[in-house]
Amino acid sequence: MTAADPPVPFDPYHVGRGQDSDPSRGHGAGGPASKRVIVAYGFWIFLLSDIVMFSAFFAGYAVLSGNTAGGPGARQLFDLHNVAIETACLLLSSFSCGMAAVATEARNKAAFYLMMAVTFVLGAAFITLEVREFAALIAQGDGPSRSAFLSAFFALVGCHGAHVSVGLLWLLTMMAQVFAKGFRPEILRRILCFSLFWHALDIIWVAVFTVVYLLGVHP
Amino acid sequence: MTEVHPHEHPGYGDSAPGDEKLDGSGVAQGIGGYLLGLALAGGLTAASFYFAAGHFLWGPGMPSALIALAVAQMGVHLVFFLHITTGPESTNNVLALAFGVLIVFLLLAGTIFIMSSLSHTMPTMDQIMSMQR
Repeated sequence: MTAADPPVPFDPYHVGRGQDSDPSRGHGAGGPASKRVIVAYGFWIFLLSDIVMFSAFFAGYAVLSGNTAGGPGARQLFDLHNVAIETACLLLSSFSCGMAAVATEARNKAAFYLMMAVTFVLGAAFITLEVREFAALIAQGDGPSRSAFLSAFFALVGCHGAHVSVGLLWLLTMMAQVFAKGFRPEILRRILCFSLFWHALDIIWVAVFTVVYLLGVHP
Repeated sequence: MTEVHPHEHPGYGDSAPGDEKLDGSGVAQGIGGYLLGLALAGGLTAASFYFAAGHFLWGPGMPSALIALAVAQMGVHLVFFLHITTGPESTNNVLALAFGVLIVFLLLAGTIFIMSSLSHTMPTMDQIMSMQR
């Protein structure tokens, strides 16, 4: 008669890491964590560092937002209707990006292409609206060189817009890679990283439209 | 080396940030989660714009209300879109997030406090001009 195995205590948070009885990967006897977990975790760290960089731009904007050098302030310059449309575009593109992730899980190429195309169109609409806003501001003489407030505004919002533009290029690359190579494991990891990037941009935009536009226009 | 999906052992191992929990019902559950997130985020966004445009709220309370709505919406995005959860398989992701939030808080609060303190103690341009005379 063999001795019964000692009962394994219920330990969902892996407080007793490294126990031989822990069958999970990345915590001991289960072996190393899967590459998908490691890659996505590393990309998550990058996104957090990107958010820290954005917080420096936000801090700069918060400090400089009152220094208009006799020029126009936020209330004279910003059009909330335009911002509302931009926000709707980005939020819906975040949703369609999530739908593309679901299509990826289901290995449905047609749905993946459709949802990525919708994401691209909405993201491109966002960028178009933002570029038009910037062009109108510069045309009326309120470019980044007008005042410290406008320098900080163009730096912060332009940095977000640059991220979205890069994201659009990445989106097209992912569609091309799925087309050429299919849903291979490394392609799946890149799709996961892309969707993390796209959702993180939407989080930063929430802070931008609240701090820059809504609080700026608020009397 | 084979790819092992973290969902093979529900309750064990780590989940990648952004990975959805498709245990069982699959696609419908995934779509439902995103739809719920979209509805919550859309509602919070609409509330932000409504408060900012109208005179629904007491004026001086507006900044706090807008910031609270923004923080709530960031939480919705994290949970429903980035799938950062409080579950045991997400501990590493949450710890990294908490560290990021700490750094962001220190950077923002430190900058705003130091710069406003400097600007408070610095003499105005008129005073500087009169001191140079």
